[in-house]
Order: sequence, then structure tokens, then C-alpha cells
Amino acid sequence: MEHYNMNLTLKVWRQKSATAQGNFENYQVKNISSEMSFLEMIDVLNEQLVAENKEPIAFDHDCREGICGMCSMHINGRAHGPWDATTTCQLHMRAFKDGDTITVEPWRAAAFPVIRDLVVDRSAFDRIQQAGGFVSVNTGNAQDANCLPVPKDDADLSFAAASCIGCGACVAACKNSSAMLFVSAKVSQFALLPQGQPERTSRVLNMVAQMDKEGFGSCTNTGACEAECPKEISLTNIARLNREYMKASFLAE
Amino acid sequence: MNLDAKIPAGELEKKWEDYKGHCKLVNPANKRNLEIIVVGTGLAGASAAASLAELGYKVKTFCFQDSARRAHSIAAQGGINAAKNYQNDGDSTFRLFYDTIKGGDYRAREANVHRLAEVSAAIIDQCVAQGVPFAREYGGMLSNRSFGGTQVQRTFYAAGQTGQQLLLGAYSALNRQVGLGTVKNYERHEMLDVVMIDGKARGIIARDLVTGKLERHFGHAVLLCTGGYGNVFYLSTNAMGSNVTAAWKAHRRGAAFGNPCFTQIHPTCIPVSGDHQSKLTLMSESLRNDGRIWVPKKQGDTRKPNEIPEEERDYYLERRYPAFGNLVPRDVASRAAKERCDAGFGVGASKQAVYLDFKFNMMRYGRIEASKQGNHNPDDATMLALGKEVVKEKYGNLFDMYAKITGENPYEVPMRIYPAVHYTMGGLWVDYELMTSVKGLYALGEANFSDHGANRLGASALMQGLADGYFVIPYTIGNYLADEISVKAIPTTHEAFEKTEKEVAERINKLMSIKGTKSVESFHKRLGKIMWDKCGMARNEKGLQEAILEIQQLRKEFWSDVRIPGEIESFNPELDKANRVADFIELGELMCMDALNRKESCGGHFREESQTEDGEAARDDANFMYVAQWEMISDCKWNMQKEDLKYEVIKPSSRNYK
Ligand SMILES: Cc1cc2nc3c(=O)[nH]c(=O)nc-3n(C[C@H](O)[C@H](O)[C@H](O)COP(=O)(O)OP(=O)(O)OC[C@H]3O[C@@H](n4cnc5c(N)ncnc54)[C@H](O)[C@@H]3O)c2cc1C
Ligand code: SF4
Ligand code: FES
Repeated sequence: MEHYNMNLTLKVWRQKSATAQGNFENYQVKNISSEMSFLEMIDVLNEQLVAENKEPIAFDHDCREGICGMCSMHINGRAHGPWDATTTCQLHMRAFKDGDTITVEPWRAAAFPVIRDLVVDRSAFDRIQQAGGFVSVNTGNAQDANCLPVPKDDADLSFAAASCIGCGACVAACKNSSAMLFVSAKVSQFALLPQGQPERTSRVLNMVAQMDKEGFGSCTNTGACEAECPKEISLTNIARLNREYMKASFLAE
Repeated sequence: MNLDAKIPAGELEKKWEDYKGHCKLVNPANKRNLEIIVVGTGLAGASAAASLAELGYKVKTFCFQDSARRAHSIAAQGGINAAKNYQNDGDSTFRLFYDTIKGGDYRAREANVHRLAEVSAAIIDQCVAQGVPFAREYGGMLSNRSFGGTQVQRTFYAAGQTGQQLLLGAYSALNRQVGLGTVKNYERHEMLDVVMIDGKARGIIARDLVTGKLERHFGHAVLLCTGGYGNVFYLSTNAMGSNVTAAWKAHRRGAAFGNPCFTQIHPTCIPVSGDHQSKLTLMSESLRNDGRIWVPKKQGDTRKPNEIPEEERDYYLERRYPAFGNLVPRDVASRAAKERCDAGFGVGASKQAVYLDFKFNMMRYGRIEASKQGNHNPDDATMLALGKEVVKEKYGNLFDMYAKITGENPYEVPMRIYPAVHYTMGGLWVDYELMTSVKGLYALGEANFSDHGANRLGASALMQGLADGYFVIPYTIGNYLADEISVKAIPTTHEAFEKTEKEVAERINKLMSIKGTKSVESFHKRLGKIMWDKCGMARNEKGLQEAILEIQQLRKEFWSDVRIPGEIESFNPELDKANRVADFIELGELMCMDALNRKESCGGHFREESQTEDGEAARDDANFMYVAQWEMISDCKWNMQKEDLKYEVIKPSSRNYK
């Protein structure tokens, strides 16, 4: 792979606090290597800002391996930037070329208020999980793991849904700020497994109720979430969620 | 200080059973009045918090990420060990115990490790009951793979995302308790000190990372489940925020540090690509199941890997260690890679890399797949195509990650890999009950020093974290809290809280008032370089002595010239980082002292002065068969005590993987 260096213009959203007015600021960065990750490029900019005695750009990140779900930048109009199935931290600078202008914004959604600059509050996701995203089993209650065979296809589908990293890109990508893809991933993981059956009804009702309470929008099936989800969580999960919800509402009546 | 490990008497196989039968219990009504602080929500913290809350205790958890689910355990890839013997290949509790002791180069406690092996099977049961979607076979049973340092298949996994699935399982158990009101989570909070009252840990001072304000929290007991400190090397496979601060504050309040120099350097990571490098990415050990490691036989060979014919490749692990081959333990594999690169056989632009090649096994899998389809005489292209699919299913996410980072396609060309700092076996010293040398203060998971000796086997950290949280602490904490039931919750207006908070505030003010010229990052990088060069894969007396002086100098410079922009009472990641780097600098010095003291080579600790003729590590059991317990007697002045290790069941021998 050919390496190259580039000079870039960055348009970055700066906002001091949740209540402050935000605005875009322009920055120049030079000699950025195509080998760098996007966040390493931001590191370079931040070191530059510290050297100029300015405040660095606040952004969320931790694992930088695409798995913790913490990084969350809206880059050139796309959640997590131009590469498909890729988190912000796994995006690398070879996606850009010399002279590019790159616009970086936080997730925009009423349920994800900005904390500072590119950092938003995603605690609504935790509260949805707390409403029902579990199997009620205390430590020490379990029988031998192989007493409960699970067909491989079910296990694989369940795993695929469970690989959601809770980043919130689906919400940021959706024009309605719907959290359906996120919620459907958890509901599907359990709906597909025998362990999930006893609480199947209450789980979906409670999680959806909490989702509505948090102020996420409704789903109009545009599919933007699936297109920008870094873990390729499938829209079929939303279909399953809808079925689960209908059935559960029926049973609950 | 004379620290008692409190290992129960009796036969090894009966110790834990006996302990559980005789430890003190707390009745349910009293549990409701007892408060426990759990710092950290990784596998150790989340499993402990959920299990303790299920028992009825009132629990508060803390983590610095924006959600409990993002603790660094989420990044674990390859798998978790358990002595289930589902493969009927000769596994047993004893064998897991034996492999772990041997893998750790005889520097771990027999009693702890045996307990770990005993509870390992129940961990898998628990996780399956929670709905953790482990990999399965077509018959619906759980699937296993093998990891380094063992000859059985005992590793359970969920693609290359085992840590994620296990943590989400523990997080779901925790969420259930939050919903029930027994746990309260404090996210984006960083613990900055332990509050001591009458010689016992009674709470913490935490900083709300959003507002920057300090908070006081009381607990009858405090659990530190705060992970490892590999980031002292700046570059490691750890997450960016992983730090030693919580453990270090405990150390400064009297908790001894055990074997601080024991660091694991993982053999298979993506090599450094330039000065901009902010972290290193692991390519899971499970890949060594299906990949063969090699370098060209010719020094400085510049041909592309696929142009180098079979007979001109040196599969050096298979050559040096025929019995274990590519599956030797991590320390052995890392040193062997360094040896080849230092000798001029390294590959890639930097020459600091070796190849991890999957072609051989892709062909093997391809043949099996073809045969399943009734094609018993497949051509190479067919085998390769079918084999790729098999490898994709097993490791797809890792291959994708490799491709994104390097821009190369690992299905077509071998991966380039090099060792990187990965895990710290050292940590807060704990006794059999996981209590540190401070009463009421516990350490679980990677934060403690306990079970892996001088080298951890792959897939054993997840096992240990969950063992500590689900199955050990729920018993051992009762033995302490049973005597605390008459203690009412202490109001945080108590003078000890006031005084400790003031000390924390003063330190932060001091940091912010330096207003120097150099960024926090620049200090961290310099520390990392000293540590990697002089306290890394190979260590010697002269280098360590130099490192100590350099680190002392760096510390002075940090405290007189660091620049931290922004304000205290605001969201200020530079300040958070400064707090952590200040602690890393102090830890770095202690690690070098420990490495200097331990004149033998053992596990991941390789002293150049102590090696055999063929370059293998030479242990010195006569003089160093102990755990080094370091106690800080005054500001960065330490005293070392020894906990002698007694092997009653296993006879230590020289580790031989040949
Ligand atoms: C890339 C990678 C892959 C790995 N793969 C495997 C594997 O396949 N198998 C295996 O067995 N092991 C593996 N390991 C090792 C294993 O993942 C870790 O050792 C283990 O997950 C540590 O768990 P923990 O609960 O002790 O700590 P962590 O998961 O690191 O959690 C630490 C917690 O403490 C909190 N915390 C830290 N400091 C503070 C503070 N001051 N205040 C408040 N909160 C704080 C953090 O927010 C976090 O919640 C891997 C490690 C890495 C880096
Ligand atoms: S569904 Fe995809 S985009 Fe949404 S939170 Fe999960 S991983 Fe992120
Ligand atoms: S930083 Fe963890 S997913 Fe990007």
C-alpha cells in the first residue's frame, strides 16, 4: 500500500457546554500520514492546540479497536464517516486526500444532548437496557451449559444481533432519531435463544416503553440506520422487534 | 508489615470447599444495611456488583467511560478457559490448575489457582444462562478452541468478540439490579482517593468528569476492579483510558503492590506504523491456532512474502519448540520474535515484524469443506476459496480490523505482527479473600496480582475476572462484613472525608497551576519509551538503574513544566489524563525497582543476566520463589517484603515447551 502525506482543513463543531451556543471552527493540519487513524489525526490537532495554549477538542473514545462503542463522530455528513461498517476509531486517513476539507460534528439527536464539543450524553441507551435487556437469573442458579442445546443457526443470528456496540450511530443517522435498530438488536438476541423465552413478552414491552419515554423518534423504515451501523446490525431485527411487540401487546391485553 | 495470605489449611482440593463451609455469613436483613462501593464495571466489577446486589447488599458502581458497558473487558477477543472437558481430550480441574501454575512459571499461589480452576466451569454455565451467545457446533453444543500453553481445547468463545459478549452478559445482570434499585451506577466518574477511617477503607473521593466536581461516597467496603496498567508503556493493547490511578491511590494509602514488574508482552499485535501511533491493536492469540509464524531464512530479505518459497522460510517457533510449536506461551513467543528481528530477519518496512500466515490452514480447511461437498479431488484455487470462508467465519472481525489498519488484505498476504504490551500480572497484593493489605479494601480482576504468576495464559484473564466477581467475592466479603453489621453508614461530613477531599483538590489545583510548556501526552510518550527500552521484553541491571534515574527526573519535570489547558470544574480530558500520567510516572519507577530486585528471569520478566546457553529464561527458585510486596513508606520510597511461595502439590520444574 502506497503511503502519502496530506494537508487538510477541518471544520469542527465546538460547544463549551450543554447550554452554550455551539459553532464550527476551522483548523489546518499538515503532514498527516495516510497510515494514521482518524482519531490520531485529531490527536495531532489537539497537540497543536495545546501548544497554542488553546483548549483541545473534546471527543469520546477509548478502545480504538471498534468494539467499545465510545467513539462517535459525524464526519462529512455520515455517522462514523465514509467507510462502511467502520467505527470512527477504525477509519483511517487513507480515506482522504491532500487538500480535503473534513466536517466533524457530534451525534445530533434530542435524546443525546451535547456535553461538550463532540461528546454527547447517551445514557438513555443504558436506561433502555435497564428496563428489560437481561435474563433474570441470579449468580449460582445455572445448570450445566450443555444441558440446553441451541441450534447453531439461532446461536449465530443471536450473536450477530448481540454484537451491537451501543454507539448510537443508528440514532444519529436516522432523520427521526429513532433507536429502533439498537433496541431491536437486544430484543432479538434474547428472542432467538431459549434462555430469553420466559421474559419474552415483558422484555419487549418494557424496553419499547422506555425507548419512547427517552424521546427517540419513531421508525419510518428508511434504513439509514442499517447503512451507517458500524456492526452491520440487520434491519431484519427491526422487523422481528415489530413482530415481538405486536405479539406481546396482544398477549398483554 | 507482615502480610498473611490467609490460605486455608487442609488439602489443596478441599481448601475452597472448607472455606465456604466455614466462613462467616451475613443475614439478609443485615445485608440491606451494608453498602459496597465497586470501582470499575469490567468483567470483575460488573460481575461482582451484580452478584453482591442479588445477595441484598446496597451497591454503587463507578466507571470513567460514559457507560458501564464500555469497560476495557469489552475488547477481549479470543476466549475464556474453563475445565469442562467437553472435548473429551483429557481436561480436568487439575490440568487447568497445573497449566496455569506452569504457564505462570511457578510464581503464583497454588491455593488461589486451584480455586480458579474449580469455579471455571460454573462461569460458563452462568454466562450461558444469561444468554451469552457463545459459538456452537451443529448439534447445538458449545464449541471450543485451543490457546497457547495448553494441549487441550478448553477455550470457549464468541467469534473474536468473547470479551464483548461476556461483558454484555455481566452488564445485563448489572442492569437488572439497577432496575430493581439495588445498584446505582456513576458513569463518567473517576475515583481519585480512598477514604480511611480507623484503619479501614470506608469510601472514596470521586470526580464527576462532566462537571469536574469532587464527590464523597461512603461504603462499608470498597472493591477496586479497575483493570491493568499496561498503559504505563504509553503504547499497549489497552484502551486509551486504562490507568493505574485507583490502584495507585490505594497503594499510597497503604495497600501493598505485588510483583509490579510482571508485564505480559503479547506476541501477535499489529506493528507500530509511525510516530503518530496512539495505541497498538492485538490480533488474538486464537489466530495462532490456524496461523503459522515465520520469517525469511535470509537476513534482510526484501522479497514479498508470497514470493518466498517454502524451503526459504524459517518457522522458528516450530523449529525451536517442536512440542508446542506455534502454541508456546506468550512470553516465549514474544522473545523468539524479538530474537529473530534483532538478528536481522525481521520483515516489513520497519523490519520489526514477523509473518503470521494462514494459507496452510486455509488449504487444510478447504480440503475438508470440499470433501463435505463431495469433491474429493479439489484444485488449489477451490480449496483456498473454501478455506477462506472457514477462516472468515472464525476470525472475520479480526481480519477486517487488520485490513482497515494496515491497508493490506490478510486473506491474500500474511499478517505482519510484532509483540506489544498487553497485560499486567502485577497489581495490588491481595490475600486469599481478595482483600488488599488495607482492611475493607479489595482488588479483583486484572487490578490484583494474584493468579497468573509471572506469565498469564491466554483466555485466563476473562476467567479470573469472572471467577473473582461471580464466585469468590460473594463469599469472602461476607467473612469481613459479618463483623461490620453494627457499623451504621458513616455520613460523608465525617472529617476523614473532608480531609481526603481537600487533599485531592489540592493536588488538582497544583497540577492546574503549573502552567508549563509541555503537553501531558509528551510526558506520557517519554515515560513509555523509557519503560519499553529498559523495562520491556528484556531487562538488565544497568538499564534499570538508568531508567530509575530518568523517571525520577521526568517526574520533576512533569511537576514543573506540564501544561493543562481549560478549567477544573468542567469537562476537561487533558486534566483527567494529567492525573493518570502523574501516577504512571510513579508506578514506572516502582516497576523498574522490582525488575532490578528480581535478578532471575521468569515468565514475562526476562533478565538478560539470567539465561541458559540457548537463550531460554533461567529461573532461580532458590532465591526468588516469592511474591514481592512493595509498600510505600513515604513519598516514592518503598520497602519490600517477601511472601514465600510453597508448592505442596506441583513440583516446580524448568518450563519446557520443546
Ligand atoms: C485487546 C485485548 C484482548 C484481550 N483478550 C483476552 C482474551 O481473549 N481472553 C482473556 O482471558 N483475556 C483477554 N484480555 C485480557 C482481559 O480482557 C482483561 O485482563 C480483563 O478484561 C480485565 O478485566 P477487569 O474487569 O479487571 O478490568 P477492565 O475491564 O479493564 O475494567 C476496568 C474498569 O475500571 C474502571 N476504572 C478504572 N480506573 C478507574 C478510576 N480511577 N475510577 C473509576 N473507574 C475506574 C473502568 O472505567 C472500567 O470500568 C485481553 C486484553 C486486551 C487488551
Ligand atoms: S445498532 Fe449499530 S449503530 Fe446502533 S448502536 Fe448498535 S452498533 Fe451502533
Ligand atoms: S473507541 Fe471504542 S469503538 Fe471506537
